[in-house]
Amino acid sequence: MLRYIARRLLLLIPVILGVTLITFTMLYFTPGDPARLTLGEQAGAEQLEQFREIHGLNDGYVVRFVNYIKNAVFHQDLGLSYRNRQPVFAEVASRFPTTLKLAGLGVLVAISIGIPVGIISATKQYSLFDSVSMIFALIGVSMPNFWQGMLMILFFSVYLKWLPSSGFNTFQQMILPALTIGTSTAAVITRMTRSSMLEVIRQDYIRTARAKGQKESKIITRHALGNAMIPIVTVIGLQFGYLLGGAVLTESIFGIPGVGRLMVDAIKQKDYPVVQGGVLFIAVTFSVVNLFIDILYAYLDPRIRSQYK
Amino acid sequence: MEKKNNTPAPTQQVAQKRNQWKEVWRRLRQNKMAMVGLAILIILALAAIFADVIAPNGFDNQVIKDRFQTPNSTHWFGTDNLGRGVFDRVIHGARVSLSIGIISVSIAIVFGGLLGALAGFYGGRVDNVIMRSMDILLAIPSILLAISIVSALGGGLFNVMLAVGISSIPGYARIVRASVITLKGQEFIEAARAIGANDSRIIMKHIIPNSLAPIIVQGTLGVAGAILSAAGLSFIGLGLSPPNPEWGAMLSGGRDYIRDHMHMTLFPGLMIMATIFALNLLGDGLRDALDPKLKN
Repeated sequence: MLRYIARRLLLLIPVILGVTLITFTMLYFTPGDPARLTLGEQAGAEQLEQFREIHGLNDGYVVRFVNYIKNAVFHQDLGLSYRNRQPVFAEVASRFPTTLKLAGLGVLVAISIGIPVGIISATKQYSLFDSVSMIFALIGVSMPNFWQGMLMILFFSVYLKWLPSSGFNTFQQMILPALTIGTSTAAVITRMTRSSMLEVIRQDYIRTARAKGQKESKIITRHALGNAMIPIVTVIGLQFGYLLGGAVLTESIFGIPGVGRLMVDAIKQKDYPVVQGGVLFIAVTFSVVNLFIDILYAYLDPRIRSQYK
Repeated sequence: MEKKNNTPAPTQQVAQKRNQWKEVWRRLRQNKMAMVGLAILIILALAAIFADVIAPNGFDNQVIKDRFQTPNSTHWFGTDNLGRGVFDRVIHGARVSLSIGIISVSIAIVFGGLLGALAGFYGGRVDNVIMRSMDILLAIPSILLAISIVSALGGGLFNVMLAVGISSIPGYARIVRASVITLKGQEFIEAARAIGANDSRIIMKHIIPNSLAPIIVQGTLGVAGAILSAAGLSFIGLGLSPPNPEWGAMLSGGRDYIRDHMHMTLFPGLMIMATIFALNLLGDGLRDALDPKLKN
């Protein structure tokens, strides 16, 4: 098992290098001179030269990429922001916990709605509850979450004045963003839980458990859910990445100072080192989460565990 | 006698092939939800095609004295901050949003399908190189990848299509690769090879038609995802900009006025929702109709 984890960790390295290469290359070939774009038309030749010197823009593509990797690995240095000349790493790292918290709360909302509703739907297939919750799940998937966020602000903050419309410090401030970001994921998890449970419930070992007189509640929670969990966990992992991406929109609606908002502002100001740093942080997190999910499989499923003994 | 029995065989085969899609259509037709989805999509498509007839004022007809009207008999969905009819804009927006959805998914299917087919068919090193690159792309959440591409290329219709398309390539590559690998081992491929068919013929005539089912399903749902991504891009100001009536851009424009004039944001959002809802219904229906195993 340890060997498996170690190997998977090693495999993360080429993925992260690849992500860096892609974002670096894309932004390298973006038309326009960053020095000119940042300093404006009035800037003198000397100023421009100084800017290029500070940000290492005079070197060629390969040298710059190698330097970027070297600095990132050995000094946790992702370059300086073009705008305020602050280290990108510190800037992104200071905002990262907020984004992670937002995505985490979204997953939490989604799991606590999706799994119970999915289980009940599956055990009472074709009942009224099942139909209603499946329609809600479809609506949840269909609503653009930024639109839903705007409508929720309108109703809960403007009309009813129950909850604040922006910020992310107090519990009240977190409710609307967490619901906004978690809704579509809740819908996806509900549907996945339902179909996975339906598949498992028809298996022979469930009939065996019933035949030996096992309590229905125990059959559902132990025999069925345990075996239905793998696809559900997979979806949760994938959705987490989706939520990290979706945080960009949610942060911009609720004025949450996370990585997503930082990146959107940076893109508008052509502050590429910050954009690159943000993408890198999120991609690395997403990869680590997926690795964690794969390890979780092994933990959940003895069949997989035995392969890595 | 022998000869007589053999001659009708080719026609019989053609008839059977046609029947296969007929059978899918028959199964799909029985699914009421899928039919509702299909009906909504047909209405939307007609609205997009005949936008100039349905909304002859166009999407940028500014009549400042009529601004901020709530829905009424002349302006069914009200007017916006520049006095443009929200209904007119939403109908013209259908054209933009649907074409973004369809074209970006086509880009993704063509390139993703090609890469997946090559990886699955040749295996070995080709497979490794292609799929590891796909893994790298998959490590970046797709909306973020689209955002990075748009920030490098700039906004605008074509770049948005390209960005959304590229960011969904890995998904299709994976699906096609998986079905190619399953197909590759089957006897009819071996038979085709035995009678001397070359690689390109096997891929074009045997592998692609047989791996269509999962692509059709994924493509239908993919159009929904693409429309949502494009709307998201426009919403944060990186996709299409005013006066373009793309639904996400309209939401972005209505955002500042939501407190007093919520109809400006309500209708574009409802349009997105109806479209995605319909595509999901149809996609689910297609999945059931194309996979007879589920229907027992």
